[in-house]
Amino acid sequence: MIKIMRLALKNLLRYKRRTLLTGLLIAVGVMAVIVFVGMSSAFKQAIVGQITDASLSHFQVHRKGYLASIDNLPLDRMLTAAAFEKLSGILDGTKGVTAFSPRIRFGAMLSNYAQTTNVRLNGIDPAREIAAVPLLASRIQEAAHTDILLKPGEVLLPEVLARGMEIKTGDTIVLVANNKDGSVNGMTFQVAGVVENLMGPGGRDGYLHIDDAAVLLRMETKEISEVAVRVENFEHLDAVAGRLRSVLEPMTNPQNKPLFELHTWDQLTPFYNVVRMIDVMTLGVRAILIAVVLISVLNVMMMSVYERVREIGTLAAMGTPPGRIMALFVAEGFSLGLAGALAGAVFGTGMLWILNLTGVDIVFGGANQVFTLAPAIAPGEVISACLIVVGVSILASLQPAAKAARLEPVEALRHV
Amino acid sequence: MDIVIFDDVSKIYRTGEVDVAALRNVTLRIPRGAFTALVGPSGSGKTTALNMIGCLDRPSAGEVTVAGEQVGRLDRRQGAAFRGRNLGFVFQDFNLLPVLTVFENVEYPLLMIRDMPGKQRKPLVERVLAAVGMTDQSHKVPAQLSGGQKQRVAIARALVGNPLLVLADEPTANLDGQTAQRVMVLMKRMRDEFGTTFVFSTHDPRVMEQAEVMFHLNDGSLIEGSGSGGGEP
Repeated sequence: MIKIMRLALKNLLRYKRRTLLTGLLIAVGVMAVIVFVGMSSAFKQAIVGQITDASLSHFQVHRKGYLASIDNLPLDRMLTAAAFEKLSGILDGTKGVTAFSPRIRFGAMLSNYAQTTNVRLNGIDPAREIAAVPLLASRIQEAAHTDILLKPGEVLLPEVLARGMEIKTGDTIVLVANNKDGSVNGMTFQVAGVVENLMGPGGRDGYLHIDDAAVLLRMETKEISEVAVRVENFEHLDAVAGRLRSVLEPMTNPQNKPLFELHTWDQLTPFYNVVRMIDVMTLGVRAILIAVVLISVLNVMMMSVYERVREIGTLAAMGTPPGRIMALFVAEGFSLGLAGALAGAVFGTGMLWILNLTGVDIVFGGANQVFTLAPAIAPGEVISACLIVVGVSILASLQPAAKAARLEPVEALRHV
Repeated sequence: MDIVIFDDVSKIYRTGEVDVAALRNVTLRIPRGAFTALVGPSGSGKTTALNMIGCLDRPSAGEVTVAGEQVGRLDRRQGAAFRGRNLGFVFQDFNLLPVLTVFENVEYPLLMIRDMPGKQRKPLVERVLAAVGMTDQSHKVPAQLSGGQKQRVAIARALVGNPLLVLADEPTANLDGQTAQRVMVLMKRMRDEFGTTFVFSTHDPRVMEQAEVMFHLNDGSLIEGSGSGGGEP
């Protein structure tokens, strides 16, 4: 094998410029894939991180049927106190769950005594909420407190409303809401901060204390719209969610109907499609790389065979077995692919390292949110890109190599 | 004992709708160790006959026996193995591998065809390079050699595996008269030193003079032969 590789390398170096150009083309392709995969996965991670850590959390549990009407924030499809208690016990005992936060979600009228508008609100337990969505604190501007999101009697207003109505931290506002029976209640609150807009569901919601929400909605016993749950390791999300589903799905209410429904973050936000699109684009870039390698190696190897017909005839005449002639040309394609892949891997990871040092800012979403990406690529991805290139190089050289091995020595020796 | 036997061998090529006879009912025998020439004008069938002996081509009719093997019956793989074991080739255009040095070119049959270990290869290559007087040039690549030197390397390559038979197709055609003469003398000396049978084709009268056994071909037919059991006198 070593002797075949040595001869293959010598033959590749015979046409230095052609080999260099083809190797460079492959290297650029590999580099492009590595940089693209690194950037896109960093972008994906940033989006998913924002969505899950600043708003949705990793998965949510609702009363069965709530999600179908979630846009209306229905108050008649809430988890009862007993159901929430049962759910809390289950979540506390579930391995892999680190935090969960009950929320009361509702719509209300917001007034600053001069203007009135609609607002979507989340009643939260501040300590639980920050444990379930740790980036929520970073979204709060002009925060009244540094140690806690808000206190009872306070409200965090969405940026878009606060700016429009010129409401500042410390101002007093009135919230008026209908409860599930249709009766109206109003309460005054002090603004404890403004919540930066975020793309996706819940990204333009306000927050108040869960106890205040229960009072405003005149709940006799506290009912819960949703429970946001955070897992210890995002990689294990599906496993944890799967385990919980199998526990929750058989549970029924007194009417013998399913009690809970569980949805992971990707089922709750349309931005999951963006994530999927990134995956499809990554596949597309890989397909382009395969095409580049296939065409360039095939081209080089075909030219190589056509230029060396007499030489192949000589090798065959001397008694070189056809299989060995084929191996010689496959080894040339393999070496070309390997050299290009390794060079591309070095350049690509080097490029990612530089991008990591400089940081890449990307504005994304309707909220013009700026993500500072830290592009990185898993070693497995680099290895897989290199293996694809080497595999495709071998594949591309098979046809020319087989042609070389099939040449009749007597015909080949006559070739001019 | 004859190393090559042609028994009523014919070779017909089809060119479009026309059949062209390259060899017509040739019967000849080449004795082992003979310095043999196939002579005749261009298109007389010399190269076709050499290709038959070298199992590079098959007869349309008749039998070709080389070293006791009916070579016309060998398939591609068997033919390659037979050539690798028993035959050496010297070509008109030398056909050295341009990317290999002189040493590596001579080493090629032992390395790539016979899979001989390095320790055994080196002395054999050195011996044959010394025999053709190319030891000093062993590190050079073919592009750095003269035509005569290239042909000497080609002869060394043909002999390094100690074959029974070396086939040389117009080995002096691309050399000047003096160099051609030297190459023929070298080939003959190699025959004496290695005991190898040499069969070469030529239409150069000065080269023919070196032959001990000669077969004249014309238009595919053997018109005169001086080998054992040769064709028509």
